[in-house]
Amino acid sequence: MMGLHRNEMVVAAFGLAAVALLSLLPLVSEGFALSLGVNLMLYAAMCTAWALFSGPTRLVSLASAAFFGVGTYSVALGLDSLPFGALLLVAALSSAALAGLVGAATLRLSGVYFVIFSLGLAELIRQIVAWSQSRFAHKMGLYVFTDLTERDLYWMLLALTSLVFVVGWLINRSRLGFALRIIGDDETVARHVGIATARTKIILFMISGAFIGIAGAISAPRYAYIEPQAAFNPMISFQVVIIALLGGTRRLWGPLVGVVPFIILMEFITSRFPNHSSVVVGVAFLAIVYLLPDGVTGLLERLRDRILRRAEPGVSSTTRNEIGEKAA
Amino acid sequence: MLRRTFNSLMVSVALFSLGAGAAIAEETLKVGVSASKTGPLTAGATAVYWPNMQLWVHDVNQKGGIKVGEKLLKVELVEYDDKSGPEEAVKNIQRLATVDKVDFIVAPYTTGINLAAAPLIARYGYPQLIATGNANELETFVKRWPNSFWLLGKASDMSTGVVGTLKTLRDKGQIGNKVALAHVGEAFGLEMIQSAKPAFKTAGFDIVYETSYPIGTQDLAPIISGAKAAKADAFVAFSYPPDTFALTEQAQIQGLNVDAFYVGVGGALSGYAKRFAKQAEGVLAMGGINPADRAYKDYRERHKQVTGQEPDYWASPVVYASLQILQQAIEKVGSKDRAAVTKAISSGTFDTVIGKVSFNNNMLGRVWTVGQWNNGVLQGVNGLGVDGANAPIKKPAWN
Amino acid sequence: MQILVTGLLLGGTYALIALGLTLQYGVARIMNLANGETLVAACFVAFWLFTVVEVNPLIGMLAIAPIAVALNWLIYAGLLQPLVRRARNRGMLEVDTILATFGLLFLFQGLMLLGFGGGYFSYKFLAEPFLILGDSYGLNRVVAFIAAASIAALLYLFLYFTRYGTAIRAVAVDPTSAQLVAIDVPRMAGFAFALGGALTACGGTLLSTFYTFNASMGVVFTMKALIIVIMGGVGDVRGATIAALILGVAETTVASLIDPGLTLATNYALFILVLLFRPQGILGRASA
Repeated sequence: MMGLHRNEMVVAAFGLAAVALLSLLPLVSEGFALSLGVNLMLYAAMCTAWALFSGPTRLVSLASAAFFGVGTYSVALGLDSLPFGALLLVAALSSAALAGLVGAATLRLSGVYFVIFSLGLAELIRQIVAWSQSRFAHKMGLYVFTDLTERDLYWMLLALTSLVFVVGWLINRSRLGFALRIIGDDETVARHVGIATARTKIILFMISGAFIGIAGAISAPRYAYIEPQAAFNPMISFQVVIIALLGGTRRLWGPLVGVVPFIILMEFITSRFPNHSSVVVGVAFLAIVYLLPDGVTGLLERLRDRILRRAEPGVSSTTRNEIGEKAA
Repeated sequence: MLRRTFNSLMVSVALFSLGAGAAIAEETLKVGVSASKTGPLTAGATAVYWPNMQLWVHDVNQKGGIKVGEKLLKVELVEYDDKSGPEEAVKNIQRLATVDKVDFIVAPYTTGINLAAAPLIARYGYPQLIATGNANELETFVKRWPNSFWLLGKASDMSTGVVGTLKTLRDKGQIGNKVALAHVGEAFGLEMIQSAKPAFKTAGFDIVYETSYPIGTQDLAPIISGAKAAKADAFVAFSYPPDTFALTEQAQIQGLNVDAFYVGVGGALSGYAKRFAKQAEGVLAMGGINPADRAYKDYRERHKQVTGQEPDYWASPVVYASLQILQQAIEKVGSKDRAAVTKAISSGTFDTVIGKVSFNNNMLGRVWTVGQWNNGVLQGVNGLGVDGANAPIKKPAWN
Repeated sequence: MQILVTGLLLGGTYALIALGLTLQYGVARIMNLANGETLVAACFVAFWLFTVVEVNPLIGMLAIAPIAVALNWLIYAGLLQPLVRRARNRGMLEVDTILATFGLLFLFQGLMLLGFGGGYFSYKFLAEPFLILGDSYGLNRVVAFIAAASIAALLYLFLYFTRYGTAIRAVAVDPTSAQLVAIDVPRMAGFAFALGGALTACGGTLLSTFYTFNASMGVVFTMKALIIVIMGGVGDVRGATIAALILGVAETTVASLIDPGLTLATNYALFILVLLFRPQGILGRASA
């Protein structure tokens, strides 16, 4: 027990140190690097939140753009009447409510339906928003003018990412996380031991959706002008999935190690090949699928195993585990 | 110290990634462009935006460059793709300003992205000459960002333009009083309809059918049947290119023989006349030009020669004119000083392919609003401060 | 009446978009996100054939279909089969194929952008009125509908009345059991993928006669196709056809009687209804 505890403390200390270090970025650079940092943090938060749900349940959700857009619109619509902090809460609640509705309709069924429905969800909401705006508001774009600088947004997103990590860690330790692991291993077994599988999934989906909604809300001031096409851009959903899968969803920190190489790679491609970005992105993707079958986490774990094996020849990982257990 | 090392690191990365390390020896005028090369906005950008960048750089560099003070500087274009989204656009502007450190930035493509990029472009002090966007509340916008210039007029100018043309036709007794309205459910369509409806009412028109449809819809048969059932005399659609084509084809198929048929964006493309040939005759569309104008004729020829593609009859020449204005303002000031150039733009008069133009409260006072297809050319029939407008005619039946 | 005919014609279009994917997803178990790009690529080829070589798209289809079979078979054998072999379970395969076909989506789109530019393309083919019961409809849409109906009928005959077709259906139902009765599952899957690609390409060819298209439009078609495939029941050709027709009629009804702004909402309302009441697809039997 003690060993585990110490391990966690080390991880927590590392995490805190990393957050502290990262929060210094805006003091170092205010231009492009900060802008890149905001993007990194945005996707770090969204992908980790996505993996909270899709990791253990293995259901690919393509609804991120819907939550993101709901968050953005919460800010755009309420900016005149509520303070920004309250709007973040509104964004979280409305995204969670949406996730609850969708989850209740589709999560009881098999996975494919969920995937397709989530894919269409963003489009559907975008159309309804566009339609109601044209019907009732008679204009499409909404201005979001705030005094928030890029620096503030970066810190907010960093805080959000940390929060997602803490929540993810808490879930893993809780009954909910335990139930999820059983569901992920075998849903039939889970049902037989009395786990309300659908409800568990719906709750998790709501938590994940709420975080993505907040990420959208924080991005709103950056857009300055909100219209449905930008807020519900389906590319957001795709990118979130790809990044998370690239990183690997079996670990909480998996998506994080996907974000960094992905955003930097995309950055490199867009700046180096502005006219061929589609082709290069396509090829890069195929390369990732074939060369990194288990994501970056898989790669890192294999590397670690190799290093460990070289460092301690003769001590196999199983014996190490046994030693650990005896010590505990 | 840390900051400087970091920035120089970023710059060297950028230089490396631009592959421009060797060519940097000569001083150039660096101009940054960020617009859509992929995503849903690509089609429009390839038609009216990118070819003009190519043409302008070609034209300027062929003459040796832009005269900045004593020096003649060649233009070096730094291009990025905004993937049809504001997020990427904002990042690109950031990169152009801080990594590439370009001397000037060409305004992006479409209203939405221009609005999203405006705060950032303003923060870095670049003039923003918006040639592919319009909105209604331009006065407030200009007050907030005095470095933004609008070349296509207000949305309401466009919509009241078509109302004016229909009124002319009606007062001549060529069309009746009943109008059918359709618009794409997107920023552009809404801005238009918002000002068009009251204008139609004040002009005494009777709106017998009105509808909106989602962007990207090409199955528009129900709209044409609706207009037909309402027995409209005039059909007005604030549409986007794919639906502009689909509506025109459906109207022919269902035999919607109105006396005035108006379409929005895309109706000014050369491809429209090619696709519908004789059927296009008499169709009204957003935009228009004065075909007799020498400057436009020359421009059209060069555009075809250099880019291998024909310009449209509305935004293409305006995009080119925006680049000419920038160029002439820089030459007038004689330096790369952005604030001075911005000031020169707002106060000067410029000789461009759309004629001699100047800004009034940062808005161009010379805008074509409605054109009518006539022998394969979209002849302007209505506009603000333009000359050479023809009188509109009643549309012949589809044949 | 006019609404019904317009709706059926639209449904025919949707069937064209979806039939290929139902084979690819239902039989080969590949959720092909690049499906729409195949469709748009066929649009471009048809456009090129019509405007440059002056070949009628209906005849052009005879050339496009075999090429599509060959290319799709190559894609399956070269790119997707390794993933199928590697996958330890269905979930892993799904994740891998989503990633791989997403890459293909970008690659194809990029190649088309390079080849044709980003602009809009359309050409005029049979854009003349055709009278049905006193109302006029686009002849090109009617022709496309008839072609779609014949393709669906041929496909149905093939799947239900030939040995090969039965084998394909067996793989769609249960690949493991199919293996037990001596069906060469990998070959069948490859064949179904190639055939699906060809169907999609035919759909694209017909679609190009009345749609304005550009290189970045594929995703729109993929989404539509996915909804129809699920509504019809994965791998069920009859179900997909019926779902497409229902969707077409429903959309047109809503657009004509309520508001064209709500067509997509209709789409999803129908989708939810199917999910809630017939989760196995419109014609599907409940699994035991």
